[in-house]
Amino acid sequence: MLSRAAGVTTRLIPHMAPPLASWIALDKSKDEPTAMIEFRSVTKKFPDGTVAVDDFSLTMPSHETTVLVGSSGCGKTTILRMINRMVDATAGQVLIDGEDVANRDKVQLRRSIGYVLQAAGLLPHRHVVDNVATVPILNGTPKAQAREDALELLDKVGLDRSLAHRYPRQLSGGQQQRVGVARALASDPNILLMDEPFGAVDPIVRADLQAELGRLQSELGKTIVFVTHDIEEAFALADTVVIFRKGGKIAQKGTPAEILANPADEFVETFIGADKARRRLRLEQAAEGGTIVVDGDGRVAGVLDDDARSTRGDAVS
Amino acid sequence: MNFLLDALAYIFDPANWAANATSPAPLGDRILEHLEYTAIAAGAATLIALPLGFYIGHTGKGRQAVIGVTGAMRALPALGVLYFVTMVAGYQLPFLVAATVGSLIALTLLAIPSVLAGAYSGLESVDRQTIDAARANGMTEMQILLRVEIPLSLPLIIGGIRAAVLQVVATATIASFAGLGGLGRVIASGIGLNDFTVLLAGALLVTALALLLDAVFALIQKVTAVRLEADDTPVAEEASAAAGAAASGRGSE
Repeated sequence: MLSRAAGVTTRLIPHMAPPLASWIALDKSKDEPTAMIEFRSVTKKFPDGTVAVDDFSLTMPSHETTVLVGSSGCGKTTILRMINRMVDATAGQVLIDGEDVANRDKVQLRRSIGYVLQAAGLLPHRHVVDNVATVPILNGTPKAQAREDALELLDKVGLDRSLAHRYPRQLSGGQQQRVGVARALASDPNILLMDEPFGAVDPIVRADLQAELGRLQSELGKTIVFVTHDIEEAFALADTVVIFRKGGKIAQKGTPAEILANPADEFVETFIGADKARRRLRLEQAAEGGTIVVDGDGRVAGVLDDDARSTRGDAVS
Repeated sequence: MNFLLDALAYIFDPANWAANATSPAPLGDRILEHLEYTAIAAGAATLIALPLGFYIGHTGKGRQAVIGVTGAMRALPALGVLYFVTMVAGYQLPFLVAATVGSLIALTLLAIPSVLAGAYSGLESVDRQTIDAARANGMTEMQILLRVEIPLSLPLIIGGIRAAVLQVVATATIASFAGLGGLGRVIASGIGLNDFTVLLAGALLVTALALLLDAVFALIQKVTAVRLEADDTPVAEEASAAAGAAASGRGSE
């Protein structure tokens, strides 16, 4: 109950996210696996000689959303795929709760981690419900039980049960992505890996899916690692944003607020568009009274909510 | 036109189907022999080529080598292989056994390239994203093969077997050159007796058999493809839109 309320607040007031989220994580760590992911000096060199990731270290806190963001070819997907050993590190270690993933059986490891891809990657010859039930059935759950659970998951991700016996290609792109998320959640994993999951859908559906993911996360409190090239998406979803340069180098890591307030260098500034007019908001007194927010071009961005102002004041103090 | 009518009359003459009919009849026996050779050769080729094709298609290994070898196999003259193997085997085995071995090896070699090509190109045609997702979900390599790759490429795999069967059924006539039966014997008799009616009757029967088998495989292929194409009926854009709206409604609750 508490975590749910906290999650809702988190979405409404992004600035409050870090302290609350870490407090929830502490609270949960008592009785659940923490699902903390740690990279220690990880290097990945592909057979053709390309060094995708070089001496990369990062800790991704449990029950939080860490968003890896960078332009294509920066190694962010490689890093994501090293967590479930779809890619094996050439050097260094990837640890989950202190255990090196290299010591775990690949297949078992992957079944214990949810994975959502850009094109959903659903099995085209199986019904939606069977797609969702894939991993539990692999793990030996009886089919009837797995299907029953799958129907509940469809509810959870906001899909009508009437779609359960459709084939994936009969669904819209956004619906397919919801099925992809349901499938990733089916074995109730502690960790959810998402590789540009909303990259292929139109902006309206994407915003919808992002909101839905935020809602789900506030209920479930998974450790989410999310890869995107869209900084807006990163800011919308992240507890922690990690901005990459080429070669898997971290340009800056922090909460959305920290990064916006203090971009580490020019690269980050350009990447987050801090120099853009739409990011430069200022307050103006409207003629009729009340305060409005105006961006760098003088366009009205919104009004300043008195409630929001006081809430924020509380959080800061 | 008379030839054709005579040949049809020969085929439909009950006397040529009777058990005591003179060679090359009874036609029923010849057809069964022909089908037997075809089934054994195509079956053996499938047993050899499918696992190999699956291995190549799944791993991507050995593709170049196998394409080279099967390309060369396609160029082998079946009749040459038949005589060669029959002669070599004839040193050790009774003549009829050697001829049978020779025929079946020649026909099997003929069938392998098509089956193999169907299997590996079928597996290669499966969307890489789908396989990647299956692997990321924790399927073992064998599960990926059995539950994803093979079901998704079934129409192409069966297409390969279909092409092989068609080639074998048309070529199985050569078995008669080694003294065996099959519809080739009808044709050979026609040539030997200078009887064009019998010759044409044999050729017509082979053609009919080939068309029939092809139709059967076409049907199987269609049945397996149906599940993959499903009904691409306009899946009620409204229905999905409504569901989407319901979903987003729930999202904003």
